[in-house]
Amino acid sequence: MIKHFLKLEWKQFFRSASFGKSIALKIIMGFFVLYFIAIFLSIGIGGYFILKKTFPEQDPLQIVNSMLIFAILGDLIFRYLMQKLPVMNIKPLLILPIKKDKLVHYVLGKSAFSGFNFLSLFFYIPFAIVLIGQGYNLLSVLGWLFAMIFIIQAVNFLNFLINKDNRVFAFIATLLVSLIALQKFTSFDVSIYSQQVFDGIAANPILALIPFVIAVVLYYVNYKQLRERVYLDDVVSVKTEEANTADLSWTERLGDVAPFIKNDIRLIWRNKRTKTVFLMSFLFLFYGLVFFTQETYQENSAMLMFDSLFITGGFALNYGQFIPAWDSSHYKMLMSQSFRYRKFLESKWFLMVAMTSILYFMSIPYLYFGTKIFLMITCGAIFNIGFNSLFLLYAGSFNRKRIDLTKGGFGNTQGTSATQFLIIIPLMLFPMAIYWVFDKFIGYNSGFIAVALVGVIGMVFKNYFMNLIEKKYIKDKYAMINAFGKEA
Amino acid sequence: MITINTVSKKYGQAEVLNVEKIEIPRGQSFGLVGNNGAGKTTLFNILLDLIRPTTGEITNNNVVVNKSEEWKSFTGSFIDESFLIGYLTPEEYFDFIGDLRGMNKADITSFLSQFDEFFNGEILGKKKYLRDLSKGNQKKAGIIAAMMGNPQVVILDEPFANLDPTTQIRLKKIIKTLTDKEDVTVLVSSHDLSHVTEVCERIVVLEKGNLVKDINTSQETLKELESYFSA
Repeated sequence: MIKHFLKLEWKQFFRSASFGKSIALKIIMGFFVLYFIAIFLSIGIGGYFILKKTFPEQDPLQIVNSMLIFAILGDLIFRYLMQKLPVMNIKPLLILPIKKDKLVHYVLGKSAFSGFNFLSLFFYIPFAIVLIGQGYNLLSVLGWLFAMIFIIQAVNFLNFLINKDNRVFAFIATLLVSLIALQKFTSFDVSIYSQQVFDGIAANPILALIPFVIAVVLYYVNYKQLRERVYLDDVVSVKTEEANTADLSWTERLGDVAPFIKNDIRLIWRNKRTKTVFLMSFLFLFYGLVFFTQETYQENSAMLMFDSLFITGGFALNYGQFIPAWDSSHYKMLMSQSFRYRKFLESKWFLMVAMTSILYFMSIPYLYFGTKIFLMITCGAIFNIGFNSLFLLYAGSFNRKRIDLTKGGFGNTQGTSATQFLIIIPLMLFPMAIYWVFDKFIGYNSGFIAVALVGVIGMVFKNYFMNLIEKKYIKDKYAMINAFGKEA
Repeated sequence: MITINTVSKKYGQAEVLNVEKIEIPRGQSFGLVGNNGAGKTTLFNILLDLIRPTTGEITNNNVVVNKSEEWKSFTGSFIDESFLIGYLTPEEYFDFIGDLRGMNKADITSFLSQFDEFFNGEILGKKKYLRDLSKGNQKKAGIIAAMMGNPQVVILDEPFANLDPTTQIRLKKIIKTLTDKEDVTVLVSSHDLSHVTEVCERIVVLEKGNLVKDINTSQETLKELESYFSA
């Protein structure tokens, strides 16, 4: 039986359309995966030495242990938002002669190997190896490592139990925030207890059995609960949400692009993935805080230019790169309707420009870091509006991957192709290069002016470029219809 | 109204469609039948300029469909669920299509009010997104949307599939009204022989991409078709 399940998994993986045809994309994706693994690995390996160097007085393992409580709670919150038990997969199996017990074990067992459980291991395992290399007791390090693995599994199964109960989620989120606040502002420091607990495991490796037992119990509770509920009107049901019909009649003032704008607003708000993109773009606003506060970046102003682009460009970049694939599921219908293609493109352009402007106004507090920084952000915004919005529309005409909007949000790479990687170059590196060249050889603000000028040129000749873009889309119409018609 | 002129479609070596000539006059209700893979949907897709024919061309009211887009303003169509925008409610979808077809709010409301019976209280005011409706109800919404904005040509692929018996009967009535009273040309494909014979004045049978029968519907047509398909 297990053989059948594994075969299904194998086929699901290799036959998914996102696994793609193009070898080039596979290689690029492969590199990206390797890159992230490398980053985690290097933190895992280097973490010990960095901590040793920064806090020579303390034991790196103890520092990590004191932080684990936050890591675990954070993990739980992250999973609550992102991870769901893939129960629907067993729907076609329900009517086959397979015991329901087996199906439930299969679903739960499969979740033990989900990607969520492996990411942090790329830190814990190398960290543990370094500890052993540094002469820590082998048994206690192994005990600690296994405790971590079991805790990850326990969190995995705990998440499915609390899933979709907003009260539990609110409780955990408040707990995490208040623990951090208490540590910051009062004498109560939870990290001491966290450290004691995990130090204790390292001292008595046998204690690693406790998280093991917890994980097993949580698995069993999940199993019990799920076993009772494997019915089409219960867990294996397609949830339908009540439509939220906000009044969007204010868009009418935008003239004949209004129907498309209305559609796009609904598209963004009513689908998980687009909603994630939308909300994430506000997170990009804080991007600058990371870099502007660090001394090392102050000298490298080309790097700062790069950051400034991100601050206002979050939406345009993340939404724009998948135009028109967002509409791929009903692209055929759009193409049989009577409207000028231009209107469709204009509405996308308008959205990107409007959101970039809003983000720009929200970035005004960056004045705190000085006018130079704010000037950079302003130039970045002009560049995003003038150049990037048009460029993204043009690049979109190369999109040939369908996006199924009903599929989840974060980490969903559906629709990603080599296009997405290639467009980064002009979008990001081009303005950096312009800035760098002018700043280096002419100096004194010429870098800003040059970047902003490119944006202004884009705005002035918008109609000209729009005509080109429109022609390109019309030319590629059949290829897009064909590609978007294929299952994602 | 519509002229199909030596249209063929090849994918590599495989020819999926090869039709010599079909002339469809204005106001005709035209039925297309054939087994799976006969080329019905391919023909409709070419007619809607969604795929390009390998040879030949289709003229819709003197407009060559892959040369000009003029035909779009007088042609309504519903091919499959991919013609719906899943994240909209039916009302919003009708608004959107109505907007594109030059109708205002009042036009749309009065247009939809004719179809209260057809909708049977299951489409409007349900606070549900199209993606959450049942297959049959999705189809109802799509079919009616195809009739918005006074089209002169309406193209429906498998309109009877997934509909409940009551709605099937009502749909037949709607199609008859369109062709008889408003002189609209309606093209319908179906697997259900009795439905097409009932609703269509003319029936064309495709097999493996070729036209094998072109019948003006009469009393004997259903028998003729049944014997053809059981052979």
